[in-house]
Amino acid sequence: MEKVDNKDLEKKFQEKIDQDIKIEPNDWMPDNYRDTLIRQISQHAHSEVVGMLPEGNWITRAPNLRRKAVLLAKVQDEAGHGLYLYSAVETLGADREDTIDDLHSGKAKYSSIFNYPTLTWADMGAIGWLVDGAAIMNQVPLCRCSYGPYARAMVRVCKEESFHQRQGFEVMTKLAAGTPEQKEMAQDALNRFWWPALMMFGPNDADSKHTEQSMKWKIKRHTNDELRQQFVNVTVPQAEMIGLTVPDKDIKWNDSKNGYDFGAINWDEFWQVVGGNGPCNQERVEARRKAKENGSWVVEAAAAFANKRMKKTA
Amino acid sequence: MTIEKKNWPLWEVFIRGKQGLNHKHVGSLRASDSVMAIKNARDVYTRRAEGISIWVVPSNMISASDPCDEESLFEPSQSKVYRHPTFYDVPDGISHM
Ligand SMILES: [Fe+2]
Ligand SMILES: [Fe+2]
Repeated sequence: MEKVDNKDLEKKFQEKIDQDIKIEPNDWMPDNYRDTLIRQISQHAHSEVVGMLPEGNWITRAPNLRRKAVLLAKVQDEAGHGLYLYSAVETLGADREDTIDDLHSGKAKYSSIFNYPTLTWADMGAIGWLVDGAAIMNQVPLCRCSYGPYARAMVRVCKEESFHQRQGFEVMTKLAAGTPEQKEMAQDALNRFWWPALMMFGPNDADSKHTEQSMKWKIKRHTNDELRQQFVNVTVPQAEMIGLTVPDKDIKWNDSKNGYDFGAINWDEFWQVVGGNGPCNQERVEARRKAKENGSWVVEAAAAFANKRMKKTA
Repeated sequence: MTIEKKNWPLWEVFIRGKQGLNHKHVGSLRASDSVMAIKNARDVYTRRAEGISIWVVPSNMISASDPCDEESLFEPSQSKVYRHPTFYDVPDGISHM
């Protein structure tokens, strides 16, 4: 057998990436590229699915039918996003159920924002506005990611996300213009979700070990700090517009960088939550584990039914 | 083919956006049979009026060309520029051609 020259393959692979030619499932790719994508896409999928839990918490208690229908549609979209992403990860040869079991065992992570509780209705506003807003900022550049199936999934996701953010901002706008109690509720939700939303972009560039390689492979197009800055720049004026205040005394417009300066992020808190010690980590993973366990008889029954029918027609 | 317990089979999903267009590949999903695959495809891939018709095909029934053969398969079509109308000189004054 001819010995395959990996160096040569790797060189050709990087040339394709440099020319913005997408990589498709059957193309040769370095093992690290494949592993990085499997990790990133499956964790992205888990985030979409776990992300349904904090909002699902409020579906039955939405203040009116319109809000309930909207929230239901939004949460259903997130389930869809999870499915697009699990499909994308399978194109890399990963086993879908194995990746899900990694979530349940604690081996795989998901976005740590979903480990915070949703205490009031205003949290539905804050999540749509800030959390989906931050997700959009992360996901728009991923539409140009070098791996074709991931990029295509992101195009679908991004089309759907903008309604998520708008419905959240609408909830906040209405509350902020309501009674003093309603406005206070909106401000309180902003206070609680602001910093965790900034943490969604991940560690500072200096501490982000994967960034350099991911940028070279064009999986990532912007650094964590660039995206975080962009998020602060667009969100601070939105808060002002509806009469709410971002909970950061150090926020100040900086002409020289054409953006806002902002205060230091509490990275201790971030690593605590990533490490499993956030307010809801156990509850979230437990809910997912139970869903799989309690649904397993349906999976088995449908398979048994299909097998039986195939035997009959064979 | 029997389904093992752990994973339902994988299906590739094709959607026709509207009358007059081809079905186009949009992604994949898992389902125990074709009826469930179509139902799931409706929920996963057509929540915003993206389609009026769905095809589902078991992924393992698809045969694909090998990316390694790309050159031998497709290079010949690139060298035959005379297959395109722009290859030919049409004298000035000639129209409807
Ligand atoms: Fe999403
Ligand atoms: Fe969303």
